Amino acid sequence: MADKINEKIIEDMAVLAKLKLSKDEIEETKKDMIKMLEYVDKLKELDTENEEPMYQVFSKNNVFRDDVVKNKDDREDILANAPERENDTIVVPKTY
Amino acid sequence: MDLMNLTACQLSKKIKSGETKVSEIINEAYKQIDLKEKELNCFITLYEKEEALAKGKKVQELIDKGELTSPIAGVPVVIKDNICTKRKLTTCGSKILNNFVPSYSAEAVTRLEKAGAIIIGKSNMDEFAKGSTTETSYYGITKNPWNKKHVPGGSSGGSCAAVAADMCSFSLGTDTGGSIRQPSSHCGVVGLKPTYGTVSRYGLIAYGSSLDQIGPIGKDVRDCATVLEIISGYDEKDSTSVMRKDCDFTSALSENIQGIKIGVPKDYFAEGLNQEIKEAVIKGIEVLREKGAIVEEFDLGLTEYFIPTYYIIASAEASSNLSRFDGVKYGYRAEEYNGLHNMYKETRGQGFGKETKKRIMLGTFALSSGYYDEYYLKALKARGLIKKKFDDTFKKYDVIIGPVAPTTAPKLGESLKDPLKMYLSDIYTVAANLAGLPAISIPCGMDKNGMPIGMQIMGDCFQEKKIINIAYAYQQAVDQGQIRR
Amino acid sequence: MKKYETIIGLEVHVELATKTKIFCGCSAEFGGQPNSHTCPVCMAMPGTLPVLNKQVVEHAIAVGLATNCAISNRCRFDRKNYFYPDNPQNYQISQLYHPICRNGFVEIETEGGKKKIGICEIHMEEDAGKLIHSADGKTSIDYNRAGVPLIEIVSEPDMRSDKEVIAFLEKLRLIIQYLGASDCKLNEGSMRADVNLSVREMGSDKLGIRTEMKNLNSFRSITKAIENERDRQIAILESGGQVTQETRRWDESKNQSYSMRSKEDAKDYRYFPEPDLVELVIDREWVQQIKDREPELREAKIQRYISEMGLPKYDAEVITDNKDFAELFEATVRYGSKPKKVSNWIMGETMRLCNENNISPENVKVSAENLSKLIALVESKEINITVAKEIFEKMFQEDFDPVIYVEKNNMRQDSDEDSLREAIVKVIENNPKIVSDIKEGKVQAIGALVGQTMKYTKGKANPELVNKILKEMF
Repeated sequence: MADKINEKIIEDMAVLAKLKLSKDEIEETKKDMIKMLEYVDKLKELDTENEEPMYQVFSKNNVFRDDVVKNKDDREDILANAPERENDTIVVPKTY
Repeated sequence: MDLMNLTACQLSKKIKSGETKVSEIINEAYKQIDLKEKELNCFITLYEKEEALAKGKKVQELIDKGELTSPIAGVPVVIKDNICTKRKLTTCGSKILNNFVPSYSAEAVTRLEKAGAIIIGKSNMDEFAKGSTTETSYYGITKNPWNKKHVPGGSSGGSCAAVAADMCSFSLGTDTGGSIRQPSSHCGVVGLKPTYGTVSRYGLIAYGSSLDQIGPIGKDVRDCATVLEIISGYDEKDSTSVMRKDCDFTSALSENIQGIKIGVPKDYFAEGLNQEIKEAVIKGIEVLREKGAIVEEFDLGLTEYFIPTYYIIASAEASSNLSRFDGVKYGYRAEEYNGLHNMYKETRGQGFGKETKKRIMLGTFALSSGYYDEYYLKALKARGLIKKKFDDTFKKYDVIIGPVAPTTAPKLGESLKDPLKMYLSDIYTVAANLAGLPAISIPCGMDKNGMPIGMQIMGDCFQEKKIINIAYAYQQAVDQGQIRR
Repeated sequence: MKKYETIIGLEVHVELATKTKIFCGCSAEFGGQPNSHTCPVCMAMPGTLPVLNKQVVEHAIAVGLATNCAISNRCRFDRKNYFYPDNPQNYQISQLYHPICRNGFVEIETEGGKKKIGICEIHMEEDAGKLIHSADGKTSIDYNRAGVPLIEIVSEPDMRSDKEVIAFLEKLRLIIQYLGASDCKLNEGSMRADVNLSVREMGSDKLGIRTEMKNLNSFRSITKAIENERDRQIAILESGGQVTQETRRWDESKNQSYSMRSKEDAKDYRYFPEPDLVELVIDREWVQQIKDREPELREAKIQRYISEMGLPKYDAEVITDNKDFAELFEATVRYGSKPKKVSNWIMGETMRLCNENNISPENVKVSAENLSKLIALVESKEINITVAKEIFEKMFQEDFDPVIYVEKNNMRQDSDEDSLREAIVKVIENNPKIVSDIKEGKVQAIGALVGQTMKYTKGKANPELVNKILKEMF
């Protein structure tokens, strides 16, 4: 599978991951990913036909919270870290 | 007397007996920092001494009144910078969080503070814990206190180096694939990765959610057991936190290991392991045999699948965990951009370092349509097999002992040249994270260049007491001076 | 032109009526100052973790049961990864691989009789924040809604017209409202539907390529969008083209849709199991408990209103078309009023005033107790119906006890024959024209005199008695 890694795939992944990569970074990422995947492809030898995927470490289930309001209005704390804000909202470049 | 050379438990005892004061210890810690920090760069954020002294004063009063009796009250502590500290910069070693100040503390931090530990700073680390050398931090390289030409290991390199350099009594690190144990080994300190779910992950900035655990790094086994006892326990804010009733880890600090069964996986001593490390670890195991443990070699198997499985799962989870860093709600936002999507790409392109970006890319790929079954799902199934393998193994043995890393601390700049080789150096540590197991790294010797060697003791899930027992027995049996500076 | 058939499936999002968000203790209430219902968890601050609200699961199970779904023994959450600023995590916690309910149906009434609409699955997920577009080319974000619990009900492509779609949505709305799982308000966004639509030649059994239509905020826009999209697709096919599988956005103001595709929106959600949450195990006992608590739903109410309360079918259907009216109806009956009388008041005055004043049923102020008292006042002839209606209008503004009101304002009906005779004599004196009309044989003009008498007595006169006296006099 590693051989299928080409620039197009790297660019597609960069769009999904929202990463701006320089030409050099694309080249390097491609190189490393091919190397890594060649190694990872070892997994294919492993027979997992009848294996259940391990979704969590322990068979723990049903962890719930009661439906009770616990939080108060902490706007100031929440918004304090925002790169751009206007009054009580967070501002981003237009989405429309 | 060199106060900072003492363990946290010894120091706290001296405070309680009046032999020393919290303020004296803090002054001593800052003296060490002034002396060494410029060269070592253990800290991303060092708190003001005055602030630490003010906190120390309050703790001293509580100790004097007998209201604070915890075994670590009054000792200086360092926290890895991927663990949130209320109103204190928390960067994760990344530019993308260069200005992030959380309004909350991690549960582990809250518990430490309640026990009277004095936090003096946030330690350096590989960016987002992705790395094994503490060279990928945006805030500079941390150097190994034993030899400044070497890395301290990683990702908790700052935390381990700070303990080794006597800048603090103990520290908190985090371990996703060996990030506590490997730098502990490289720095000649004791580091413990608890069973998954033992310490709350609330406030730990996630790398691989199903692998991450916070754990203690200390000067000896007693300190690690003591700190773990304080920071462990159920937390309703973490759904994966486990309700345990056996968190009295210090009760396992016994020298008696008569009849304990130690499994030594041959696979861990095969090709690739440095000869000096092999000899040191085998020598360490011999010490335990002499003390009454039953030692048996065995074939573990599946080891060649550990790293592939680990890197797929860790990268996949990380690619999603790191998507929240986008320049919208907190952290760095690119100065110049053109529209929303470009803002994301510029911010993340500039805000993340190379290694982080590579892993995000790998993780994105492993989850993308068409490759999910082939990589991610396959890795989850392999993980199940690995877990079963360890379940079976621990039916036969109380603990497994082997090396922590195939080499001692590499020289600066060496590892990043060959990333795959660097990834492969996690071979002995990742299994504990995949299977959720507790594991401890304890110094067991030096190589010819005077760099420390660590021995890893792994236990079955929830069997911290067994590994603490053995590690403690080993520590008591050998001359600590030989492995502590 | 060939004949085409329209195939429609829906994805219905319903905001659940919980007090708190799905994964944190923030209020889930609608509105509030921007970002006043936020915390480190729902803002995806680094290191924070989700903890599931139990009530969300119970609501989801209840809706599943009421729509004939199988409830999964085990289910999990998955992360749906995509970058958009209304979602602080840049992934939505949802359910793809193991949803909580599967394989249900609801029955709707169509012109051709009853029809089953299949429900493919129901899953739990979190809502996104609100984007506010400002004029200066920027977008402001209010995260109060981010993390409010949703269920998504995915139907089978079983609907063939906008009428069936509306009937299905109405049916779902009533079921969910009666369960108390949501208020299902389209205008506040607590019920939203995405429409998956394709067309095919009549008689074909192969499905055409479908599009997904988003941003439909009312039944009206759903109807319009279906019409528009059906015509658009048919036009493409007629001209020999092919429909593109895509997501389209409905623009209400322009009455048309446009494609949402762009290079930056490459749709690959990279779903994977959410590692921060643990598995849900739903045992049969728990499901039974929820089933046992299930309130009476609409169909059962209609039957009961007809058979036990003697309401006409029409009344039973109109009253139960809204949960709040049904509740007012039942409560008023419990205070001892005759069911038919109560239904008359609700279907008449109450609905009229709601329509005229644009007030939604849940905001009706009249209490069951006071409505029952008002009905009793009319029944005992202490006031007449005209006065009662006047009082009701006032009660509609602000609920009060009509007995005290009638007493205080001396509005009790006059049924004393002597005093009424006195009044009638005065009215006759004042209306010679009407009197002469009657005398000329226009008997129906007596009605006018009754009216004048009512006016003279300020509505207090017992109209039946006035009528009787007048008939005697002429």
